[in-house]
Amino acid sequence: MASGVKPRVKVPKTAAAGETITIKTLISHKMESGQRKDDDGNVIPRSIINRFTADFNGQNVIDVTLEPAISTNPYFQFEATVPESGEFTFTWYDDDGDVYDTSKKIEVA
Amino acid sequence: MKLTRRNLLILSSAGVAATAMGSLPAFASLTDDAIAELTGGAALGEGGVTLTAPEIAENGNTVPIEVDAPGAVAITLFADGNPVPNVATFNFGPLSASRSASTRIRLATTQNVVAVAKMEDGSYQMAKANVKVTIGGCGG
Repeated sequence: MASGVKPRVKVPKTAAAGETITIKTLISHKMESGQRKDDDGNVIPRSIINRFTADFNGQNVIDVTLEPAISTNPYFQFEATVPESGEFTFTWYDDDGDVYDTSKKIEVA
Repeated sequence: MKLTRRNLLILSSAGVAATAMGSLPAFASLTDDAIAELTGGAALGEGGVTLTAPEIAENGNTVPIEVDAPGAVAITLFADGNPVPNVATFNFGPLSASRSASTRIRLATTQNVVAVAKMEDGSYQMAKANVKVTIGGCGG
């Protein structure tokens, strides 16, 4: 497991039914591009998060394919519709097979 | 011009930019190839996509990019001056409110960022933005 990977997500706690909310996500990850060389001139092997998904109650919001050109600590901001109370699940897939996930509940008033 | 440390820095960065320019065509055609692979050679319309990028990025390691394409099912980002042109693909699901997203990307040199959106009717729209990069990302 890559060290120090910590997902952070910002979702409003409440919303009106059908409201559009903005979600911000960030995960700490070095996103080694596979282009850099170490002091001895050897290429540092690629190690990135290659996929990110956000779902709400099992329905997909966004599914992102990441390439090495995404910056260190990948950040995404996007908008989602909230039809009812429920839970957002966020999942990140690492090159080394690790999966990081976190979830946030939202109440519809 | 007096040869101060500051002037020397300006000169050397100009030199780097000039060398990078020389190798641009190879990368640019890589991007064309990548776009053709995505669209299957379909014609690209313009105007359906809004690509927001800074005109000048001081640090090529984190360049904020925002795309917005109403009616798109997927948006793919390319950077034509990077060693690998593909940057990211956003696939929008049924609960996506607006077909927009923002992220931060790496740019190796001054170059064009291209967003290609696949619309609901299967057509493709694109937008392009030139970003001047002061310090390139991607290490090297």
